[in-house]
Amino acid sequence: MSVFRRALIASNIRNLECYCGVQKRFSNTLFDGTLEKHRRSELSHDREKTESFPPFEAPKDYKKKYPDFLPNADWKKRDRITEKLERKDMLRRRAVLNIPEFYPGSILAITVSDPYAPGKYNRFVGICIAKNGNGLRTSFTLRNVVDNIGVEILYELYNPTIQKVEVLKLEKRLDEELYYLRDCDPKYSTFNFNMEPVQHPPGAPIPVNDIVLKIGPRPWNQKWHRQNLKGVEGLDEHLREVEKKLAEKTAEPWEKYDIMKTYRNSIHEEESERILSEVYEKNLHNQKLKENRKPLKMD
Amino acid sequence: MAGRFIPELLFKRQFGTTPLLNEIRKMARLRVVDNSILGRQAELEGKPAKCIHVYNKNGVGTIGDKVLVAIKGQKKRAFLVGVRQKQKAMVPRFDSNNIVLIEDSGQPTGTRIRVPIPSLLRGKKGEFSKILACATKFV
Repeated sequence: MSVFRRALIASNIRNLECYCGVQKRFSNTLFDGTLEKHRRSELSHDREKTESFPPFEAPKDYKKKYPDFLPNADWKKRDRITEKLERKDMLRRRAVLNIPEFYPGSILAITVSDPYAPGKYNRFVGICIAKNGNGLRTSFTLRNVVDNIGVEILYELYNPTIQKVEVLKLEKRLDEELYYLRDCDPKYSTFNFNMEPVQHPPGAPIPVNDIVLKIGPRPWNQKWHRQNLKGVEGLDEHLREVEKKLAEKTAEPWEKYDIMKTYRNSIHEEESERILSEVYEKNLHNQKLKENRKPLKMD
Repeated sequence: MAGRFIPELLFKRQFGTTPLLNEIRKMARLRVVDNSILGRQAELEGKPAKCIHVYNKNGVGTIGDKVLVAIKGQKKRAFLVGVRQKQKAMVPRFDSNNIVLIEDSGQPTGTRIRVPIPSLLRGKKGEFSKILACATKFV
């Protein structure tokens, strides 16, 4: 890197700090936009080739099928290079392990390699109560009641110890997070370990289970009455007048009309399309490789 | 103060309302999950075992740790075999804090454990292997 360019970058960082009031993360970090501008600039003598967008257009269901490929919506936590490397790793993992699509409310069976188990693997069946994170850090929680005691296990989707992911029942619920199952009747979170998988015809829409559960007596694990839940009823009979008034006071019914808030908490349409088309391209490439692979000669 | 009405003092909350940490420290109530008579009687009386000491350096017990409990007027040692606190990935979290009572000799008081036990405890050796011998299920 030339002395001139180094000085330019240094001055840019200083300018950003002064004018934008942006906190710098590392002293040598540059914003993507600034870097791109200098790369493309006519003045730059070691111009680099900018990447072109892949011409593939991803199918429409990709956004639902691969939500973990979309990066964190919080721009402060984003880093495009890390995201790209992570996506590469995720696809490599998916080439080895079949990860089907599932949602909170679906019933899953996870097989994990376990050095202490007699067969060297451990299988757990449960209802998915939450799906968090993105990229390689995607995780989900399974819940089941075994021997009259509730057990929950958080799994990392891209953990290399996972051997098999089976979806026994593909389903959605009225809410995105089902932590309230902890305070409901245990029969609603009890599932047989030898459960037969329910077939889901490919291409069919995901069925939504509109079951509404009755919440149990207090004390509760969380303040369910403050969370706008659709899948729970009978909350009011456990509340005092003061709590009802407080819940009304703290409610934010205008939140869904806040366009800026939804914009800030979601990935831009153009960007998600670009990422998913990249995934689609890689998937097609992998498929071709599989088809063209010559069978091994076994003499 | 007499005759003066101070609304701030009356309506200000004097306690926190953050979610529970569910840590097992001294004074925490625990659930005996083996089939010992002592544990069952304490549960029937409505006075479950109370943690009075945690045998580790930070004073907060997790699965596999040894605790001293007060149960029915006695001091007993026990092993934690399942906790309510948020766990790391791949480690099960239970709906109650479970313990298995042991005698001073290290022999478990009961003969069977009624609930599943985290599979990663099978890696523990020494005193713990006697407890693993009476476990019925692992998750």
